[in-house]
Amino acid sequence: MSSRHAQLAEQFNADEARTNWHDQTLWWVRQKRDRAANTLPEWEQLRQWASDIKDHTLSNLHAYLLEFEKNALANGVFVHWAKDAQEHNRIIYDILQKAGVDRIVKSKSMLTEECHLNPYLQDKGIDVVDTDLGERIVQFREEAPSHIVLPAIHLKKEDVSNTFHEHLGTEKGNNDPQYLTHAARLHLREKFIQSDIAITGVNFAIAETGGIVVCTNEGNADMGAHAARIHIACMGFEKIIPKAEHLGVFTRLLARSATGQPITTYTSHFHRPAPGKEMHIVLVDNGRSRQLGREDFRNSLKCIRCAACFNTCPVYRRSGGHSYHTAVAGPIGSILNPNLDMKANVDLPFASTLCGSCSNVCPVKINIHEQLWKWRQVISAEGLTAPSKKIGMKLMAWVLARPGVYRFAGKTARWVTANLPFLVKNKTWNPWFKQREMPEAPKQSFQEWYKKQQRS
Amino acid sequence: MYTVGLFVPCYIDQFYPQVAISSLQLLVKLGCKVVVPLNQTCCGQPMANSGFASLSKGCDANFIQNFGELDYIVCPSGSCTLHIKEHLHSEQFPEKATQIQQRIYELTEFLTDVLNLTTFKGSFRHRVGLHNSCHGQRGLHLSSMSELVAPVFSKPADLLKRISGLELVVPERSDECCGFGGTFCVFEEAVSVKMGKDRITEHEQNQVEILTGGDMSCLMHLEGILKRKKSPVRVMHIAEILNAGYE
Repeated sequence: MSSRHAQLAEQFNADEARTNWHDQTLWWVRQKRDRAANTLPEWEQLRQWASDIKDHTLSNLHAYLLEFEKNALANGVFVHWAKDAQEHNRIIYDILQKAGVDRIVKSKSMLTEECHLNPYLQDKGIDVVDTDLGERIVQFREEAPSHIVLPAIHLKKEDVSNTFHEHLGTEKGNNDPQYLTHAARLHLREKFIQSDIAITGVNFAIAETGGIVVCTNEGNADMGAHAARIHIACMGFEKIIPKAEHLGVFTRLLARSATGQPITTYTSHFHRPAPGKEMHIVLVDNGRSRQLGREDFRNSLKCIRCAACFNTCPVYRRSGGHSYHTAVAGPIGSILNPNLDMKANVDLPFASTLCGSCSNVCPVKINIHEQLWKWRQVISAEGLTAPSKKIGMKLMAWVLARPGVYRFAGKTARWVTANLPFLVKNKTWNPWFKQREMPEAPKQSFQEWYKKQQRS
Repeated sequence: MYTVGLFVPCYIDQFYPQVAISSLQLLVKLGCKVVVPLNQTCCGQPMANSGFASLSKGCDANFIQNFGELDYIVCPSGSCTLHIKEHLHSEQFPEKATQIQQRIYELTEFLTDVLNLTTFKGSFRHRVGLHNSCHGQRGLHLSSMSELVAPVFSKPADLLKRISGLELVVPERSDECCGFGGTFCVFEEAVSVKMGKDRITEHEQNQVEILTGGDMSCLMHLEGILKRKKSPVRVMHIAEILNAGYE
């Protein structure tokens, strides 16, 4: 009966101390975000501007994409259009084959996770190395990232130490973060030098200039792109902004929302290939134009992938990224993924209490919790709700529309709770009772009390 | 004198009648003429939040029939109030639905914004923890929200602070969800309970005697956890405390 998210979340909660640690770590990031936001009196104005710029862009996306392509081509960049994940992966493989390359380094790309590029290339015998520390850790462990900004946030330093011992031959039991990052650094330097092709993501693509901007803290995107002969930048087509002058609005919001930093360590602007080198940009649709056509959900494409909604979400913090079983987890993932595959992701819009904190932290003002509610309606209209739930809802709606039946049902429920408690106090079939007591049943309802008062 | 229709959420009617009684008594003490429509049932939120807004037409029609003619509607629940404000719908009487949406108030909102209640005659000598329920806070803006860069205020806290002897304690995570979430509390039982436990831990560390809030649904969930662990902390709806403080 319980959904996939609920089951995975229950497993996550089996180790309560670890759940506490996960919750507290991400809450600390949320607090850092709050402090950073509060240093800017104009914070709410910035959010509004960012939202307006993105709304405008999404309404004129066709024109801005063509403008971007024209300017990028003029800069000497190869531009590719991919309608879906398969096409995206094939385009990249074609570039690799043409260049005769069988090993690549990758940095900062959730899109390639969404498209499952790694397994696709590995099947074809390509050596793919994720160079961002967290990504590399989960890659060693053959896991998916659990967070779009902090991919290994579900792991503790002891876990990392064990993983590095196994894959990099570090000292067993040495949990010193500095020792471990140094080992990763040496390992990755070698990979950078060996690789002829570097793949990066894109944070912002500027229509006016045809340039792209990549925001990172570790600098691996730069290291990869500069060391390699060919740089491939992959982007969902919603990453477009119209003008360079709009960029400041977003860079001021992005790092503050993500980690509480005023700005990422590196904000790298790529316009054209260096002499003798190649630069490719792959513009990916993969369901985005379908989402753009859904009036209630189109503005989810405003997302700049800061993950502030993850960090604030009380459900995410206590269920972990893997419980969302998708590349992009958290509240934003729960409104994006039903568009990609509704049937596989019916559980996600329900993995929320609709508390609304996500919408409040969102730097581009996506009404995330309202969209969660709307996805629930779509899912039931499509007939994807469990039959038992549907019958229950129909019965409830029938009772509550009839005052007499409602009063009778209420009285019965109170009588059963008071006189046949074993029917209610059952941990097997009453999930409420597993870890909570039932409310006590009063002798009379408010309405019954009120009527007596009126008579006396 | 204000004529006020008291909207009593179904679960309060059946399981927490004292919350509705306190709301009624308080409004009467404050000089309101209180009308209780006796064919009221539910706002329809349980269906709508489960994805079945299409099934709440019967509730909508019944609500309009019961509350269509009143100047003010007051409800001791932020969540049910918000549901009416956002989702009450009628093909047959669209103006009535809109009118209701403009005339419905959550209790502390009504006391603050309409009645301008600033003085309490009685006292309530207890250490009280306040739980800010999400729909009242983020939906009805009963208080400022920790995520926004905006001036700090709180309608429920301001009312409580005016009661003599009442020592109000707000937890550090002042507006984190308790995990009730309607059917979420059973369909996502593990996370729901964990969220509730974490809220309780903070209030227990603050050594509160009573945990209060504007939504009995959240408090019912927290009460269930408190009772299971045999905690000395008890829950009271804010209407009960305000009524006790206004003798």
